[in-house]
Amino acid sequence: MGHERRIRVKTLVMILAMVVCANAGDLMLKRGMSQIGAVQITPSGLEHALLATVSSPTIWLGILFLTGFMLSYMTVLSWADYSYVMPAGAFGYATVTLLAVIFLHESVSPRRWIGVLLICIGVLLVSQTKPRTTEVVAQREEVAA
Amino acid sequence: MIRVVLLLVVLILGTTGGEISVTHGMKAVGEPEKLRPRQLIAFLRRALANGWFWAGVPLMALSFYALLVLLSWEPISFVVPASALSYVVGTLGAKYALHEDVSPARWLGVLLVCAGVALVATG
Repeated sequence: MGHERRIRVKTLVMILAMVVCANAGDLMLKRGMSQIGAVQITPSGLEHALLATVSSPTIWLGILFLTGFMLSYMTVLSWADYSYVMPAGAFGYATVTLLAVIFLHESVSPRRWIGVLLICIGVLLVSQTKPRTTEVVAQREEVAA
Repeated sequence: MIRVVLLLVVLILGTTGGEISVTHGMKAVGEPEKLRPRQLIAFLRRALANGWFWAGVPLMALSFYALLVLLSWEPISFVVPASALSYVVGTLGAKYALHEDVSPARWLGVLLVCAGVALVATG
């Protein structure tokens, strides 16, 4: 029972890291692209956009967060079920809505609040199930060979 | 219309196929013994040497480009709810390709999340 609980806590912490990194990354990309302005779909417009994005610290910070998201996603998938982690990751839609209300003072429609509520109930249901249902098949030898 | 449906199929199968492939690879890599920098670096090196991981990456890239093209054709309030179907497709993939045990509670949770994402995106 203690072992089971440890896996659950470890998995939920990693999913939280995933959600925080994904939200922060998206927020940074949005902020960076707003600073750059709307991209013109012409050869010179695209060239300008490419140069502006690679020289923007905000965009790089966003990429760093999204790399953190990918690494935490890979790590948690090394022990937890895909069908456990994937729906739980949707919790990000709920947190980003709360962040938008708190920090950006955006107004949120009742329809959207219902969606957030459904996501929270869904994630809660999934989180009650066993994080791992498949056998452990470490194939370290394969890498060593 | 047909091109939108086709690209949606590419988007959904690309995302779920890529993630299932990466999951399969990561299960073979095995979890890091400890979540410390030394073990995490060794873990990352094992992951980067795994074929299933690299099979998943182009599929995810493909789905990302499909998303960008779809967003240039259709409003985001159509694209995101439609792509929420990938929660259902991904769960089917987890059950049949990865042989995970998807309990009724987990299915119900996935369906609620799917409906919730659709509502949030169109709200």
